[in-house]
Amino acid sequence: MTNLLRVQQITKTFGPLKANDSVDLDVDEGEIHALLGENGAGKSTLVKMLFGSLQPDSGTISWRENAITIKNPSTARAFGIGMVHQHFSLFDSLTVAENIALSLDDVGQLKDIAAKAKQLGKTYGLELNPEALVGDLSVGERQRVEIIRCLLQRPDLIILDEPTSVLTPQEAERLFETLRLLQSEGKAILYISHRLDEVKSLCDRATILRHGKVVARCDPKKETAKSLAAMMVGSDVEDIERKSSTDMNSAKQSPVFAVQGLSQAPLGPFSIGLKEINIRLRAGEILGIAGVAGNGQSELFDALSGEETQAQPATIEIAGQSAGQLGPNGRRKLGAAFAPEERMGHAAVGNMPLSENVFLSRHASDASAYKGGGILGMIRQSALTKTLARIVTTMDVRKTGNDPAAATLSGGNLQKLVLGREFDRKPRVLIFNQPTWGVDAGAAARIRQTIIDAAQDGAAALVISQDLDELFEISTSIAVMHDGHLSAPINTDKATRNQIGLLMGGADIAAVGEAA
Amino acid sequence: MIKISLERRPTRIPLLGVISPLLALAITLTIGALMFAILGEPPLEALYVYFIEPVTEVWSIHELLIKATPLILIAVGLAVCFSSNNWNIGAEGQFIMGAIAGSALPVLLPDVTGPLVLPLMLIMGVAGGAAYATIPALLKARFHTNEILSSLMLVYVAQLFLDWIVRGPWRNPEGFNFPETRRFHADAILPEIASASGRAHLGFVFAIIAAIAIWFMMSRTMKGFEIRVLGQSPRAGRFAGFSHRKMVFFAFLLSGGLAGLAGISEVSGAIGQLRPTISPGYGFTAIIVAFLGRLNPLGIIAAGLILALSYLGGEAAQISLGVSNKVAAVFQGLILFSVLSCDTLINYKVKVTRTLSARSAQPGNAS
Amino acid sequence: MTATMIEAILLTTMTAATPLLLAALGELVVERSGVLNLGVEGMMIVGAVSGFAAAQLAGSAWAGVLFAPICGALFSLLFAFLTVTLATNQVATGLSLTLLGLGVSGMAGEAFIGLPGIKLEDISIPVLVDIPFVGEILFGQDPIFYIAMALLVGVNWFIFKTKPGLVLRSVGDNHVSAHALGINVARVRYLAIMFGGACAGLAGAHLSLVYTPQWVENMTAGRGWIALALVVFASWLPWRVLAGAYLFGGITILQFHAQAQGIAIPSQFLSALPYVATIVVLVLISANRRMTMKNTPAMLGRPFVPDT
Repeated sequence: MTNLLRVQQITKTFGPLKANDSVDLDVDEGEIHALLGENGAGKSTLVKMLFGSLQPDSGTISWRENAITIKNPSTARAFGIGMVHQHFSLFDSLTVAENIALSLDDVGQLKDIAAKAKQLGKTYGLELNPEALVGDLSVGERQRVEIIRCLLQRPDLIILDEPTSVLTPQEAERLFETLRLLQSEGKAILYISHRLDEVKSLCDRATILRHGKVVARCDPKKETAKSLAAMMVGSDVEDIERKSSTDMNSAKQSPVFAVQGLSQAPLGPFSIGLKEINIRLRAGEILGIAGVAGNGQSELFDALSGEETQAQPATIEIAGQSAGQLGPNGRRKLGAAFAPEERMGHAAVGNMPLSENVFLSRHASDASAYKGGGILGMIRQSALTKTLARIVTTMDVRKTGNDPAAATLSGGNLQKLVLGREFDRKPRVLIFNQPTWGVDAGAAARIRQTIIDAAQDGAAALVISQDLDELFEISTSIAVMHDGHLSAPINTDKATRNQIGLLMGGADIAAVGEAA
Repeated sequence: MIKISLERRPTRIPLLGVISPLLALAITLTIGALMFAILGEPPLEALYVYFIEPVTEVWSIHELLIKATPLILIAVGLAVCFSSNNWNIGAEGQFIMGAIAGSALPVLLPDVTGPLVLPLMLIMGVAGGAAYATIPALLKARFHTNEILSSLMLVYVAQLFLDWIVRGPWRNPEGFNFPETRRFHADAILPEIASASGRAHLGFVFAIIAAIAIWFMMSRTMKGFEIRVLGQSPRAGRFAGFSHRKMVFFAFLLSGGLAGLAGISEVSGAIGQLRPTISPGYGFTAIIVAFLGRLNPLGIIAAGLILALSYLGGEAAQISLGVSNKVAAVFQGLILFSVLSCDTLINYKVKVTRTLSARSAQPGNAS
Repeated sequence: MTATMIEAILLTTMTAATPLLLAALGELVVERSGVLNLGVEGMMIVGAVSGFAAAQLAGSAWAGVLFAPICGALFSLLFAFLTVTLATNQVATGLSLTLLGLGVSGMAGEAFIGLPGIKLEDISIPVLVDIPFVGEILFGQDPIFYIAMALLVGVNWFIFKTKPGLVLRSVGDNHVSAHALGINVARVRYLAIMFGGACAGLAGAHLSLVYTPQWVENMTAGRGWIALALVVFASWLPWRVLAGAYLFGGITILQFHAQAQGIAIPSQFLSALPYVATIVVLVLISANRRMTMKNTPAMLGRPFVPDT
């Protein structure tokens, strides 16, 4: 096969961090090449340089054996490199056709673009309405817009950055068919993922990055998921331990956390309303909530955490007490603990030191420990510092300096702090949204183990996640969110991925039950 | 081509917080020197007249404190507002309304005298400023109305209201139709700190107390924590269980109250009556003071003295050099620009690179 | 009221509305790029003084019409450099632009206080001006009025019908995405800010060359701020700016007529009317939260610092 793209000795540093360290990569025509690595391994940095969004510090890039400089995305497109971004580079307030027009260098009429997009969509099974506002589309539909936009530029190399992280298993399967069709037309695909099963089934070759360096090259079809994981992480990932679900589950217990008929109108133009949601959680249970991003999970989290309160007190019950009208602190005082999806700016304030970020969620629930001075409400810094030290040790938070600003921590370490400050309280109810998103495998395993341990010590947990593997690993039962509805929970021992996938796509639970 | 790009600093360097405002002052002085040179004045001499001469005598230091009083009082309130992400830029209006409310007593009831008059006036001044600030707060909290525009519009309204009240119902009946109220009686005049050496009044003491109290609140107490969290991240504030809406009221009432106190202190301490114009734009200059002090109340004391100096310097330059006193306003604008630019250095490394347009291969000829 | 009187009121309303329309159109383009420039008042007053000065020096009002937008644009560069290149807080920087503009204009204009101004003469468009009633109002106006109308049509066409207009909207909607697509966010914003500066400058020149042809310190009297409110009122749509500008022009003029008629309300109360009306209109618009949220450029006021 002829070589299409060759990257030699590419290096890129951000401050003290070597994001890419002498990286080599070869992509041939007509192959699907996997770029594997954990979060923070340097995959995104590498592809940003291939697409001209970043410039390398040193090293060369060759295209069809000619050395080239990719000044900006427009040059990349002119060479024939197309990209489907992980965080879609789309514009909510513009139509699909306008979104597409923005990335075409020679624009004709919007009407022509719309027609072409429609045509292309038919060929590859990616149907969409060019007049629709992107802000109104589902995540899957948005990805279609991204792909169509990329294909319209007739690229020879298509870079896909974590394309399945937002898809249902069925949608992902459909995407793979499209990719194989493109491959059969001779196009090369650089496929970035950390999902090992799909890499094994789809890709011809794999290049594996760790800490910015290429650590292995292999044929993924000849490897096992476990051996690929070991190459990515650099050591074996520990398996999660848990006792069988039967001895955690005693149906006679009354629930420590209950939601009764929770409904909520959409809060903004692109927000999802919640529809008649019911949840019952007993001590020792872990309810996993699956679903494609943007189906109301963050709205549900806000409603459960009390950031959005309910009109009826009885809508939410924590430890037998009505909590619907209570704010976050009222609910915390009843024993609930929360960790939202967005770490920076929601769970933590970037410019504030870690100790103040510990105080952020615990100033009311642990008022006696951290506050003094009567009505003045003086903050007890020494008590906070002690708590911080305890959290840092138990959760293995890596930081520089004594009490640095939260913004200086890596995403994974900040998440360990955010969860650690809640575990440290020994809460009775844990409500976490995407607890391991963007966290490296070792830390993710540790977080999952801590959740399971907390449940075994008698807490009830609700974990919202888009990672089905994670939910199957830790949950006692799984419910699925779709368009603001929450399905009835299915016992994890009886649930299948296919069944959950269908529910994520909006199927009715009764129908799925029969299918399974 | 020269390209300037920013790179976020991985760690904060605390020293930069002190260096940045000093650098900003140095930049302002350099531009100021250039400006004087263009106007045909010897730059160093002009800067001396402007910035040094006004503080070489005791009485003029008193004048400096008089000018610094409203600036510091207003700016510490604004610091709380800006820190909590509430953009009250109508302090000038709250200053005026505080002055009017506090003056009601000596103007309407000139026969009421005694030691209680002054405290009452001060309370009414605070209440007047706070009440006026309630309007933009209410509109923001209730209707999401942009507080920048509403608070600013209210400045014009307050100025016109003062104009009307001084020329109309409150005009001095024995004042030969001059547009001013009767002069306040002795019990309604804010005492001077050291009357032997100059005119500086108790208002400056209020300003220092307010600055220290608010510094304590911001850095040591729960309320200060709440202000900072809501200011830096409203979402995190909500997660912490803080009410954005209550904070809007708290910030506006506090800053409005302090602006009102500044207003009544100015009329009862420095002027002694109400006139159609009672402020050379203290409410706006205080915005500059707040930023130059980096929203830190102790820094604001220093910043307030510096900006007060710019007023005195303007007057001095007019007298000794014949330069327009509008130079003061230019200096004030320049200071704010320099402060904001220099603050970038605190969060970012500024990289200046020369870009050469050279490419090894063009798209198209490579394929 | 007689027909001629209504005609007179309408005619003066149009004149009072022109600076608001111009400044608001410029700010609309700036905000569409995701930048909030609170320095409109400052750029306007700089335009007013520079337009007046140029007219005096050249002996022709047209020199002012040419010079004021250039000065406005150059002055706005200061804001662009800070907010775009140095990523400073846009609210504070805009405020400082206004304060500096008021200071600079006061100093530069000191020599012109009390000088008789040079009025920019109206241009009557032949034939059309003779149409009864509307002819004089629409076709017997000052040149800046026609420029403002042309800009209104042009801005509307540019924003919604051209590729650069699409790019402008995309940058205001999501600068991270725009950057990822290879759009030069900084350049788009620089150009938008300078366009806003030029419009505000011309708006200022209208005040010192047409509306009240003389130089008075602080003669913009809050019009820059009202223009900012107009952009919110218009939900970032050019045609609605027109409606808003005439609403406010009308209020300003009515207040003059009421004073002239000797209505027994203190003049200060009437003068306060436009400011109070601005607040009322803002409240009415912003109370409809869903609509404002949907129309507000999502990046408004947020600095953008790309990775390097």
